[in-house]
Amino acid sequence: MSRPRRHFLKLSATTLGGLLIYTLDRKPTRIQAQTGSIKVPLRFFTEDEALTIAAAAARIFPADESSPGANEAGVVIYIDRQLASAYGRDHYRYTQPPFAPGVPELGYQGKDTPREIYRAGLKLLGAFRLLPPADQDARLKQIENTVFFSLLRTHTIEGMFSDPMHGGNAGMIGWQMIGFPGPRMSYFDDVDRHYGTAFRQKPASLAQLLGRPVTPGEDTET
Amino acid sequence: VKTLAPVDVAIVGGGWTGLTMAKELATRTSLKILVLERGGPHKTRDYLDNMDELDYAVRLRTMQPIRDETVTLRHTLRDRALPIRQYGSFLPGTGVGGSGEHWSGISYRYYPHDFRRLSHIVEKYGRARLPEDCAVRDWPVTYDDLEPDYERAERLMGISGKAGNLRGKAIEGGNIFEGPRQSDYPTPPMKMPYLAALFRDASRSLGYHPFPLPAATTSVPYTNPDGVSRGGCSYCGYCERFGCMIGAKAQPSNTLMPVLARRNNFEMRTGAWVRRLVAEGSRVRGVRYNDANGDEVFQPADLVFLASWTLNNTRLLLLSKIGEPYDSETGRGLVGSHLTHQVTVPAATLFFETPLNAFMGAGSAGIAIGDFDALDHRDLDFVSGGALYTVCYGTRPIANFGVVPPSVKARWGAEWKKAALHNYDRTGLVRFYGEHLSYRGNYMDLDPVYKDRFGDPLLRLTLDWRDTERNLVRFVTSRAVKVAQAMGATETLPFQGLQRYQATRYQGTHLQGGTIIGANETRSVVNMYLQHWLAPNLFVLGASAFPQNPSSNPTLTAVALTYRAADAVIQRYLKHPGALA
Repeated sequence: MSRPRRHFLKLSATTLGGLLIYTLDRKPTRIQAQTGSIKVPLRFFTEDEALTIAAAAARIFPADESSPGANEAGVVIYIDRQLASAYGRDHYRYTQPPFAPGVPELGYQGKDTPREIYRAGLKLLGAFRLLPPADQDARLKQIENTVFFSLLRTHTIEGMFSDPMHGGNAGMIGWQMIGFPGPRMSYFDDVDRHYGTAFRQKPASLAQLLGRPVTPGEDTET
Repeated sequence: VKTLAPVDVAIVGGGWTGLTMAKELATRTSLKILVLERGGPHKTRDYLDNMDELDYAVRLRTMQPIRDETVTLRHTLRDRALPIRQYGSFLPGTGVGGSGEHWSGISYRYYPHDFRRLSHIVEKYGRARLPEDCAVRDWPVTYDDLEPDYERAERLMGISGKAGNLRGKAIEGGNIFEGPRQSDYPTPPMKMPYLAALFRDASRSLGYHPFPLPAATTSVPYTNPDGVSRGGCSYCGYCERFGCMIGAKAQPSNTLMPVLARRNNFEMRTGAWVRRLVAEGSRVRGVRYNDANGDEVFQPADLVFLASWTLNNTRLLLLSKIGEPYDSETGRGLVGSHLTHQVTVPAATLFFETPLNAFMGAGSAGIAIGDFDALDHRDLDFVSGGALYTVCYGTRPIANFGVVPPSVKARWGAEWKKAALHNYDRTGLVRFYGEHLSYRGNYMDLDPVYKDRFGDPLLRLTLDWRDTERNLVRFVTSRAVKVAQAMGATETLPFQGLQRYQATRYQGTHLQGGTIIGANETRSVVNMYLQHWLAPNLFVLGASAFPQNPSSNPTLTAVALTYRAADAVIQRYLKHPGALA
């Protein structure tokens, strides 16, 4: 049911600033002014949709003078791959009818899949990426209580801080920002030391830890 | 329906209780034993590839696929029950080992008073102090009855900890409120990460009695009485929601399967989704299941053990029409009654000036205080208890990023990002787990509307908190804030209070009830040996037997009761099949 995979996200330093991003072969590419542009194949979004979602994620988790943000980490690539996968069509949810509204304590009871929530959210956002940042923030403020915004915020955090094999957290910049070293085999010698002082190590991904590639869940259709 | 050759013993569910029973029967008898497990196999080496937060802690790829089956929930009889469509308040695992693969490993014994809870409350405060609608019971076994089996369960898993009561002698540094133990823990306590050390020192300075959490994430290399050796914990921080990649956390796959795999009289059949126990009069003839290909199979067996976790134990008895379903309006029937969860809250969120290095830890590396399990309730508006604790399970970024102090209002954008980055490794929790009393209005039955993937009715939970739980939480939250201040927190966010039961907030996979244990066949589903009163060749294992939740985590007690049942089966039932009580 997904669209033909002919859309690419064209990224250049002039459109998005200096950008560190993963391509399909999971090699990080930093785009500089002299790089020209790179094309990342999209699995779910059209290019226009991807740029809109990227712009919204960048307002949720913006770059600032001290650290990069959602654009630099490639959050939109992460979201695109998740939505294209079984997760996007609600593989991880009980979806039998009847659907009925319930109290908030019962959790999301809607019929819409993550893909459908994004399609509806993109309509809400409209020409979002053409707005100036202050207007973009005002637009997000208006939709703050929607299921779409809540999902986008969750996915932005996931795209910032999940293992880079999932398409975001490019160059492990998310992990570097918070001092998370990635999965490690042992802290036996350190767990009861360093009390009150930061113990920081250079992050490593799961594939680096194991010395071999690991297939991310979104690439296994189960 | 294809009928297979009979086996002596069929065990439904390959988790802690099912495989403990399988191990006892397979090693002490020559019976042919078959375990039917719905999920797939689990091996220690596979867990290396699972050290990914997104796929395993967020998408929950080792849990029972919720698209196939869930439960419905309503707060009261008058509400419409709706399905829990995505996991939240509890996380049932699947595959060999069940939830025992992804557990944290916190492994308490219950207190002596927990086994005579009704008498204890009535003796101390009088019957008038029992909450309205209260269904709390005494167990038909005492702490002293179960003490030797607790010791066996601790040795099986190599639990790490420090005794607080050795044959009646109080020992400082252990839980001095615990029941008398005949021996200390098999392995010494775990190392203490920074936050736990802060909690230990602060709570001691306030006059409380901190002790190390009893841990199945074993602290040093250990060989158990079955000859199974496991390495010590490396504090990698991938425990709860993950299987242990080095086999240090005791799990059925690394503790029981090595023994069972060597036995010729044992078979593990995975991909077998049991849908009915087939009963005829007072005898269960076997079980009907759909195999991995979806084909229907009948497996005859002389002896059947139902060990498929609290919810599925109850559901299978209801679907199989064994015993009368509980009706909360008339009080008639028994199957499904006494549903409890556990009162589990982040009592205080603490913000510090210094970093915590909280990515290091283990699912049961931490400190608790037992003082609130031994409260004098005379001037309090509740009669229950629990423990404040800090566990350093190893915080992972997706689940923990974004928490900001109360002074920051933004939840997205530049200000939030800045505060969230600063506070990411400076945020810790003082947690609380507490007793959930049973009530006549909290129970399980079959849902009239929603179905599983085979078209069988889902289990319906009718469940909500009462003022007892809300008042307990209010009390401990105020104490937690004082501990937080003594720990040096610069800002503290107290828990906002229990309102209605939330299916969305994780509260531990500790559900109890549905097939309760008792001394009287008219008031309980199973006897003190977990044998079904109506069908002597059927035993129901696990926390579904617990008449209420006694504050701490249930696994060790479920395994201890299984040992007790195994002894009764081997020593008495096999010689004279029939009712044991």
